[in-house]
Amino acid sequence: MPITGRAWVFGDKVDTDVILPGKYLVLSDEGELGKHALEGFDPGFVTKVQPGDIIVGGRYFGCGSSREQAPVALKGVGIAAVVAETFARIFYRNALNIGLPALECRARHLFQDGDPVSLNLETGEIRNLRTGQMAQAKPIPPFMMDIIAAGGLMNKIRVSLPKG
Amino acid sequence: MTLAEKILAAHAGKDRVEPGELINVRADVVMGNDITAPIAINEFRKLGVSKVFDPQRVVLVPDHFVPAKDILSAENAKLLRDFSREQGSVFFEVGNMGIEHVILPELGLVLPGDVVAGADSHTCTYGALGAFATGMGSTDIACAMATGEVWMKVPPTIKIVYHGQLPPWVGGKDLILFTIGQIGVDGAIYSAMEFSGQAIESLSMDSRFTMANMVIEAGAKAGLFSVDAKTLEYVRGRAKRPYTVYQPDGDARYSQVLEYDVSSLEPQVALPHSPANIRPVSQAGDIAIDQAVIGSCTNGRLGDLRIAAQVLRGKSVNPNVRCIIIPGSQEVYLQALREGLIETFLRARAAVSTPTCGPCLGGHMGILAAGERCISTTNRNFVGRMGSPQSEVYLAGPAVAAASAVAGRIVGPEEVLK
Repeated sequence: MPITGRAWVFGDKVDTDVILPGKYLVLSDEGELGKHALEGFDPGFVTKVQPGDIIVGGRYFGCGSSREQAPVALKGVGIAAVVAETFARIFYRNALNIGLPALECRARHLFQDGDPVSLNLETGEIRNLRTGQMAQAKPIPPFMMDIIAAGGLMNKIRVSLPKG
Repeated sequence: MTLAEKILAAHAGKDRVEPGELINVRADVVMGNDITAPIAINEFRKLGVSKVFDPQRVVLVPDHFVPAKDILSAENAKLLRDFSREQGSVFFEVGNMGIEHVILPELGLVLPGDVVAGADSHTCTYGALGAFATGMGSTDIACAMATGEVWMKVPPTIKIVYHGQLPPWVGGKDLILFTIGQIGVDGAIYSAMEFSGQAIESLSMDSRFTMANMVIEAGAKAGLFSVDAKTLEYVRGRAKRPYTVYQPDGDARYSQVLEYDVSSLEPQVALPHSPANIRPVSQAGDIAIDQAVIGSCTNGRLGDLRIAAQVLRGKSVNPNVRCIIIPGSQEVYLQALREGLIETFLRARAAVSTPTCGPCLGGHMGILAAGERCISTTNRNFVGRMGSPQSEVYLAGPAVAAASAVAGRIVGPEEVLK
C-alpha cells in the first residue's frame, strides 16, 4: 500500500541538533518531543506540518548525534516517512528501529514544498502526484524489512528472548 | 582483513568477514548515558526480561546534564541510578563520575580488541585503543543490554596515513579537523577509518582518543588505531580482564588509502557551522570571541589541560571572554590539581568545573546567547549546538582555545607566547 502525504523539501546535512535541539534531550515522550521537531531549522515548523507529511531531504540527512529523540520527534509530529539521498547511519538505524520509514533516494529535485507525494515502501517507488514524475528508491534491505515487518527492533528481538 | 574486519570477525565467530556483510556480533561493553539510557531502560522493560546480559559489561554514565541541571535531568539520572542498583550493573555517581568516553578507557572498562556498542555517537572514541566501538540509538542499546549482541553491517575501511612529524602546538585535534576538512562530513559515511603513519606513531594516547572521537564528524562508523607500545603502556595497570590485540593484515583491502604530509600542518579551526569548514588558524580571520570552552570527550584529558596551562601560565583571560575549563574525569581533575594546572587556570581567571558534557551540546555550564561566539575544544559546531541558533561555535584544539581566551580573538598559541 503506498502512503501519501505532502512533501517538505530539505537541503543537505540536516543534523540532529537542528532536528531536535539538545536542550530537549531531557524528554522521552513521543508527543512532547514532537512539539519541538525541526525547531532548530524553523521554530514554526510544527505549526505548519500535518500528520502524514513526508520529508524529502538531500545528502547525509540526520548527521550528528545518536539521539533517538530526533527520529522520534519527527514521528511525534506526524511525519510518515523520510526520503533522503543518503542518511547518517545512526539516524537511519534509529528511524527504522522506532518504525519511521527511511528511504534512500535522490528525489529532492522532483519536489517543491507541499507537493503531494506517493511512496511505496515495498517497491521503493516515489511519485510526485502533481507533476507525475517518479523516482526509484534503493530497496530497504531484507534484514531491515524484517525489523519493520515485526513492528520495530524490540518486537523482533522479543520473540527470540527467553523469558524471566 | 583490516583491523575493523578482524575484530568484527572474531566477535561474530567467523574466520573472515567482507564489507557489506550483515553479522551479529558479541559486545564486550554496552554503554549509555543520561540522555540516551532513559529511553533504553524503558524499552528494556518492554522486552519482558528481568536481567541485563552481564552486569559487569553494562555501563551507565550520567554525564550530559549532571550534576542535574533541572528536575527532568535529575529524574533521568535517578532512572539510571535505580536501574543500575537493581541490575548490579556499572554506574558512576557524581563525585566519581566523569565524561563517559574519558572514564571508560581510564578505568580499563574498555580494552584493545573489544567491540563496544554505546548509545552515544562519540562511542567511536575507544578506537584509539584498537577496539571497534560505535554509536547507536537507545532502542539498539536496549536490545544489546538484554542480549549482549548487536547486528552490524561490516563497514569498508578507509586507511589514512600521516607522513612526517607534527610541528609544535599541533596535535590530534588538528589532525582530525584537517582530515574532516579534506574528506567532508560524509567523507567516511558507513566506513571505518584506520589511522597510521609516522605522525600517528609519535602521537600521545590522549591525542589518539581525540582523533578517534571525531571520526563520526566525517560520517564514520568507527576509527581505529593499531595497538603499539603506547597503547600497551596505557592499558597496563588499568585492565582487569584479559584482552586480545588484533592487527590489520599486510594484504588487507581498503576502500581508499589517503596519504597526507603533515610536517608543516598549522593548528586548525573549524568555522561555523560545520566541522568540515576548516581553516589553518592563521587564515581564520579576525574573529572576536565571547567564550572559550576547554574540555569534553574530545579534549578533556590531562594532556589537553597541560597544553592549555602551558598557554595560560602567567597570563590572564581577556576581560571580554569567559573561559570555562572542564576536566573530563575526577582523575584528570585530581592530577591537574597535583600538577598545579588548576591553580594556573584560576590565576588566569578561568572558571573550572566538575566533569560534565555541559555546554558542548547546549546543556548547561556555558550556554551562548544570540550573537555570541565561542571557541571550543568540543566536537560539533552545528547551528544552535551550544545555545542560541544565532550563536556561533568555532572548533579547535586546546592550544588555540587557550590562546584565543587570552587574546580575545581567535589566534594560535605562538601569538600570545611571543
